[in-house]
Amino acid sequence: MEHIRLPKVERVQLLDRGSSRRAQVGTLYLTASHTIFVDNETEVCSEIWVLHSLVCNVEKQSVTAFGYPLLIQCKNFQVIQLIIPQENDCNDVLMSLLRLSRAKRYEELYCFSFKPNIDKAERDQAWDFIDLRAEYSRMGVPNKLWHVSPINREYRVCDTYPTDLFVPKSATLPVIVGSSKFRSRGRFPTLSYYCKETQAAICRSSQPLSGFSARCLEDEQMLEAIMKSNPGSRFMYVVDTRPKLNAMANRATGKGYESEDNYTNIKFQFIGIENIHVMRNSQQKLIEVSDLRSPSMGEFLLGLENSDWLKHIQTILTAGKFISKAVAEEGVSVLVHCSDGWDRTAQVCSVACILLDPYYRTLKGFMGTYLCDRMAFPYRYSHLDEDPKEVSPVIDQFLECVWQLMEQFPCAFEYNERFLISIHNHIHSCQYGNFVCNSEKERKDLGIREKTHSLWPHMWKNKSDFVNPLFRPDHSQTQGVLRPLTTPYCFKFWRGLYNHFDRGLHPRQSVLDCLMAVKEETQQLEELLAVCEIIRLLRSKQCHPEWSDVNCSANSPQDYTGGILSTGPKDWPVQQRETESTELSLFGDATKSSDPDNSDQESGVADFSCHSSSGGDSFPSEDSVKDADSDEAAFNTA
Amino acid sequence: MEFSEHIKTANVEDVVLKLPFQPPMRGTLCVTGHHLLFSDRAEEREWQLLLLLRNIDAVEKSVENLLGYPQHPKAGQSQRTTGSSGTIIIKCKDLRILQLDIPGMEECLNIASSIEALSSLESITEMYPFFHRPRELSLNDPWGLSSPEQDYVQTERLWDRWRLSKVNSDFSVCPSYPGAMIVPRTVDDDALVKAARFRQGGRFPVLCYCHHRNSMVIMRCSQPMTGANRKRCREDELLLQAVIDESELGYVIDTRSAQQAQQARMTGGGFESKSFYRPWRRIHRHMERGKVLQESLIKLVEACGDPSHNMDRWLSKLENSKWLSHVHSALSTAGLVAECVERDGHSVLVHGSDGTDTTLLVTSLAQVILDPASRTFRGFLQLLEREWVQAGHPFQQRCARSAHSHARLRQECPSFVLLLDCMWQIWRQFPLALEFSEALLLRLAQEAYASDYGTFLCNNEQERCTLGVKENTHCLFQFLLRCSEREKYINPLYEPTELAIWPSVQPQSLQLWTGLFLRWTEHAETMAEAREEIWTIIKEHRERTGAEETTHTPPTHRDTFTAVENLMDELTIL
Repeated sequence: MEHIRLPKVERVQLLDRGSSRRAQVGTLYLTASHTIFVDNETEVCSEIWVLHSLVCNVEKQSVTAFGYPLLIQCKNFQVIQLIIPQENDCNDVLMSLLRLSRAKRYEELYCFSFKPNIDKAERDQAWDFIDLRAEYSRMGVPNKLWHVSPINREYRVCDTYPTDLFVPKSATLPVIVGSSKFRSRGRFPTLSYYCKETQAAICRSSQPLSGFSARCLEDEQMLEAIMKSNPGSRFMYVVDTRPKLNAMANRATGKGYESEDNYTNIKFQFIGIENIHVMRNSQQKLIEVSDLRSPSMGEFLLGLENSDWLKHIQTILTAGKFISKAVAEEGVSVLVHCSDGWDRTAQVCSVACILLDPYYRTLKGFMGTYLCDRMAFPYRYSHLDEDPKEVSPVIDQFLECVWQLMEQFPCAFEYNERFLISIHNHIHSCQYGNFVCNSEKERKDLGIREKTHSLWPHMWKNKSDFVNPLFRPDHSQTQGVLRPLTTPYCFKFWRGLYNHFDRGLHPRQSVLDCLMAVKEETQQLEELLAVCEIIRLLRSKQCHPEWSDVNCSANSPQDYTGGILSTGPKDWPVQQRETESTELSLFGDATKSSDPDNSDQESGVADFSCHSSSGGDSFPSEDSVKDADSDEAAFNTA
Repeated sequence: MEFSEHIKTANVEDVVLKLPFQPPMRGTLCVTGHHLLFSDRAEEREWQLLLLLRNIDAVEKSVENLLGYPQHPKAGQSQRTTGSSGTIIIKCKDLRILQLDIPGMEECLNIASSIEALSSLESITEMYPFFHRPRELSLNDPWGLSSPEQDYVQTERLWDRWRLSKVNSDFSVCPSYPGAMIVPRTVDDDALVKAARFRQGGRFPVLCYCHHRNSMVIMRCSQPMTGANRKRCREDELLLQAVIDESELGYVIDTRSAQQAQQARMTGGGFESKSFYRPWRRIHRHMERGKVLQESLIKLVEACGDPSHNMDRWLSKLENSKWLSHVHSALSTAGLVAECVERDGHSVLVHGSDGTDTTLLVTSLAQVILDPASRTFRGFLQLLEREWVQAGHPFQQRCARSAHSHARLRQECPSFVLLLDCMWQIWRQFPLALEFSEALLLRLAQEAYASDYGTFLCNNEQERCTLGVKENTHCLFQFLLRCSEREKYINPLYEPTELAIWPSVQPQSLQLWTGLFLRWTEHAETMAEAREEIWTIIKEHRERTGAEETTHTPPTHRDTFTAVENLMDELTIL
């Protein structure tokens, strides 16, 4: 690869972020797809592989006594700190990484070069793993009120929409075309979710080009048609997910929102979800808070508050709750839009679907929402080196909403937190073609189906890692509509995602692993008891479940002294290779790092008095004692 | 009974009870000497609420003449006959809030004043534990789980260098210590008496834990009374010297900041200066206590009780309460103590000023981190008995009032609740390491404030002896252990580990104890379902393994492996 200026650097130090004192020394390799750090000091050879596509920022920091530090920040919130002995090498690594991590063309993305050992037929089958039509027919469409309109064949009406679109049968072609001309980017109202029980629908679109007074008869007829496709109701909701002020400002540019005066029988509602720029800043602040080294409780909580992140999550969930309630309880159809109808709209509709339909709380169903909501109506991903102003955490917020729901309803989801984190990782890593491009048209033009692989069959194959052992299809939580609480105390910081790589912060024993192992064993036993003949066979298979080792990780003292005395084991596999098991090994691998590190022992105690994160003036600083015998001089902080 | 003079109205009919997230219920309210009884006989299934009056922290009453205020037409219609009614809001020490709508202004005021009077009776022998006589328990049952004598006899590694001293058998040396204590073998009782005079409240250094790995010890005491003149006490110095060998080093963990320790000298207290206690190094870790802690709890409970506020206000209120900061400093100080003992192999002496709150908090948490025995159900209760009840944590004073009370604070302080919160944090991080469940912690949090049992009565062993607590009440710990409902206090996932369990103290790892502070919200429901589901999975597993469940030692899933192996062996033989 022409972008790699330096394929290999020796004697590179990898700093442990928990402790400034501990570092591994090893060799750094740059390949076409990965940065690889190989620790060659410890007996157990540990490696860290980082995909270039996951790198979001590389920074050279001011020189230290040991060399030239390089900070690599990743989109999955991993942070890697390297110290490179020679300045030239450091510059070369920096320049190479800057280029490698910023793909200029789609074809440079990793998914185009990722070649798992799968033949063509299997690949095609993989892409058919989830079928959009089957998904819609599960919902109950087409039916006598809704059908697929051929209007967007060859993307003539709207190039950011897919070809197959569901619209009310009563909406004629001229009405749809007229409506699309009155909507930003031609994104006319189409079906997103249909509720069989109540016949209410969730539709989505972009904002109308209403300006201060413009009207469009066809658009009004289009909404009328949607409302009438729900025979039971006499009105429909139009939900504008933007804050009112933003929507009003849009009127000055000829866009805007529907007026209740012009559209008959609509109830108009603003939700107040901020735009992606606000969200991006908010997430940036959140990341800074999660990155703080040994913050005090106050710093952390105030930082969390100042980021406003949880407030935004709360707003999104509240919006989803509003829509799901309208559809399931009131039986009223809802049209959702924001500005272009691809960030907030997709987000809110997906959350509403998860609340409404137990199917989306299953593994297969979640992949289904993905296909319907994200792929067919994509978010703006930014895998290319484009304007950083268009980068948006919309997808992160959606995943977090699901996580917050999982925390509230521990038995309602078939998948677990690991599944969400794994998806988050794949969205940003571009190893699979699922999340590349912004529209179906772009995907077709690029030949995503032919040139890349689909993630879902791969996840499906490993689904045993992703299931929630508490899930039961017949459980009361599992069935029906979820009615989450949206009181502030129900929203928590998602440590599992934002501090994913700070192993020391996570529980040392995993209930998830334990229950999964127990369940698996129960199943094994069932088989065992049923078929006596295969005992011998089973016996050779009988292995102690993983969790029996989990306890070992108990023995590693935490940082009680504020960053000085950290004892994190060295060889934590931060990320595995891109083999089949990319699925973030964080929890399962705890055994590798179980040995307590005693290298601090000799210097141990002197550190206790150095610094503490317990907050305020309460540090054990003996030196502040103006005592005549000022006895503890030995403990003064250097 | 004298209680009757406080009860002006014993019975009221047609009272409406409103509990959080439940439909209102109509029934009869009854006030007795120790209980508030509400029974709803209207429905087919009879429903009763029996509330210990001692559990009531605050009573708020409002009465109104409904005829004069037509803005309540609905309520007015049913009340028109009486013409007036009142509402009593009862805020409990277990953080529950109930509302009673009582017809008749006078009845309402009477009930309120009865509750107020009876819930704040201060005479210990009039409290309910002295009257609680369940059929299945006998007063002759053993009281308490163990004694210092038994602890000493059972711990062989102590015999060499430590002895049991009964110098305090009449509580004259230290009124807040138990009758017997474990002290260095080389120090005689006379020296102990002298050392006690040099320590606040007579709490001279005693052993509380000897580490099973390296025989290093954790000791605790109160502050030395050095005062402004730097007084010394030879016996106290020798006592501490006797704890460690000459070549060794020990650590004094002072739970006050260095500045506070310095200031304490002005009021006669102080700290161990290095020149007189040569082998001991002193480390100060500031921990809040007393009023500050109580106010922190009040603020937190207030924040949790207000669901209307927005996200910003919630997070600032949570931060402003500082409760999680106190959790943080308790756990990190305990971690430091455990680190000194386990990793560095040194003995530790812990004290603050009185040695009855933060000191006990730190020593007991350090033991949970270090000692697998204290992580079992029985072991944890024994730890509480030893380190809190016998060690003289003044439960009577500390738990007189809780977070809702409007009364002026006296000696109230939620040190024990803080301990339970820290235990919860440890359980969250090591969900397999404790034999007991969150339910036990919740039960204890409630029992410490209002109980049918005598365990948390009084401030120390001396008071318990004087009042005959052990003879006239039942023991909570004994009850919990024999409890037929033991299962609900057991952690189904328990998997004993011999290793130390080091909790993370980073803010990202510490969370609000929703099980306690949001206990009476909708939030709690789905969590209960999840717990049931865990039990279902474990039970299914046990059924398959054919492990016989005995009431006293339910098999852990580790045990079932052997069961499986046995089974397989049998089958192979066949």
